[in-house]
Amino acid sequence: MSGNPSNAPILAAHHICHTYSGPSGDVVALDGVTLDLSRESFVCLVGPSGCGKSTLLRILAGLLKPSRGQATLDSHLITRAQRRIGVIFQKANLMPWRTVYGNLALPLQLIGVPANEQARRTQAMLELTGLNRFAGAYPAELSGGMAQRVAIGRALIHDPEVLLLDEPFGALDALTREQMGEELLRIWARHRKTVLMVTHSIPEAVLLADRVLVMSPRPGQVVLDLPILLPRPRTLDLLHQPEFVALTERLRHHIRPN
Amino acid sequence: MDSDTTATKSHPHRRPPDTPFSADSAEHAPALHSTPRLRAGWWRALLAPGFGVLLLVLWDVVAQSGLYADFIVPSPRAVADRWWDLAGDGSLTRHMAVTLREVLVGLLAGVNAAFWSGYLIAKSRLVANILMPYLVALQAVPIVAIAPLLIIWFGPGFTSKVLICALLVFFPMLVNTVLGVRNIPSELRDLMEALESTPLQTFWYLELPASMPIVIGGLKVSATLSVIGAVVAEFVSASEGLGYLINFGRGTFDTPLVIAAVFTLTVVALALYGLASWLERLLLAWQNAGRSVHN
Ligand SMILES: Nc1ncnc2c1ncn2[C@@H]1O[C@H](COP(=O)(O)OP(=O)(O)O)[C@@H](O)[C@H]1O
Ligand SMILES: [Mg+2]
Repeated sequence: MSGNPSNAPILAAHHICHTYSGPSGDVVALDGVTLDLSRESFVCLVGPSGCGKSTLLRILAGLLKPSRGQATLDSHLITRAQRRIGVIFQKANLMPWRTVYGNLALPLQLIGVPANEQARRTQAMLELTGLNRFAGAYPAELSGGMAQRVAIGRALIHDPEVLLLDEPFGALDALTREQMGEELLRIWARHRKTVLMVTHSIPEAVLLADRVLVMSPRPGQVVLDLPILLPRPRTLDLLHQPEFVALTERLRHHIRPN
Repeated sequence: MDSDTTATKSHPHRRPPDTPFSADSAEHAPALHSTPRLRAGWWRALLAPGFGVLLLVLWDVVAQSGLYADFIVPSPRAVADRWWDLAGDGSLTRHMAVTLREVLVGLLAGVNAAFWSGYLIAKSRLVANILMPYLVALQAVPIVAIAPLLIIWFGPGFTSKVLICALLVFFPMLVNTVLGVRNIPSELRDLMEALESTPLQTFWYLELPASMPIVIGGLKVSATLSVIGAVVAEFVSASEGLGYLINFGRGTFDTPLVIAAVFTLTVVALALYGLASWLERLLLAWQNAGRSVHN
């Protein structure tokens, strides 16, 4: 153990391989992925579609058992899903029979938080996500961006230390997407979570992350680990700065060498 | 990207805004056009009852024509009088209560058994492999054919009637429960798993509400079938109940009694269906969220 625990990796993957077997033969999705996330860092994972990013995230979340290798949380083997790791999926994945309030409160109900504490924290989350006016609305009444905001609020409400996001803004239009990215940054800066986010947008990755990991086409491996040393707080103004453009170009070449 | 995009907060609409060309913009239409439309609505509301009255008149004409004997086609008035007599001396309520009790207990028992076996079948491939062939075979057996057997085994009383009723409502409820529980999105199961939910919590917070729309669909079918079940059982052997009343009326050439009992049965079946629909509206109110407004 190092003397400074905040620098020790909180989440790590060691030589993870994963093979899906299907009727049309076996698919090797991951082939020896090793990575570690230091505490309170924001790491983005990019790579061509189908290279195994979602598979890796599901393994780290404890929702999928890898064929080989292991994932650890604070050096403990991850054998099943746990509340210390919050997961946000590509689809908002809300319960259509629950209101915004009910969806936000779900994790607290499952944990068994006392009712008055539940109400207080749900109210605070409604304010943080800017959904106050929609507390009583059902998911069918929400726009895509608002639904995804509920999903983020639901993942944050029980205060997990690690957040895993699988293309959380993938289904949103460009404008909403930028706005949500900034909101995520704001929340992350306030609550200091460890974040691993899969995205297919290179500018988004550079804008948000301390580190960008690039995966190779299937079978997936981490082929580049690029630190992003741009100063924070970052805003969309960065998008036109030469350093920013240089970083995105570099990443783009790694993903598509030609 | 312009820097002022960052300052722009979105103001999401709660519902998509009405398009100017939508068909429901009646208030923008000239008054001349809205009046005939209103009248058309009135006509539509009168069509179904009007058709009913027409059938009643036709029935009366045929009955009065003398083509058929009274005990074959009694007049609507004769049927109404018979019904009124039965209601007056309390025998209608007595027979109806008997049938209703069989129906309700049978429905509840059958629906309960079907829900839990459906749930187990949906959750466990092993249970599905063991039980499904027999359940399908059971469905293939005509209930009317095994009703006498059940009466031999369980006697002509309440128990055999409830069993026949429960058997009849079992299958539609079972099929819908299996479908409902199997169709729960795996992403929602992942969510529950990521939150370390217990099996009981997963049932209560996810599986029950998520399968409810399809399960209630099964309940509605079962509710109507339950009346058929009770009547079939009473046909085979009974000394009371609306099914018995029909059988008795047939035997004594009391056709008005038969028709009056059939009408009463229809009312019972409709009331049960209405009850299930009411339950549906109560439990599935969320399904109306986000619908656009038409008319
Ligand atoms: N449940 C599954 N069964 C079989 N193959 C799968 C399954 N999930 C993903 N795959 C395959 O594994 C590969 C990686 O998938 P995924 O992790 O979803 O990639 P990404 O998220 O990077 O697009 C793909 O080729 C995909 O077809
Ligand atoms: Mg994916």
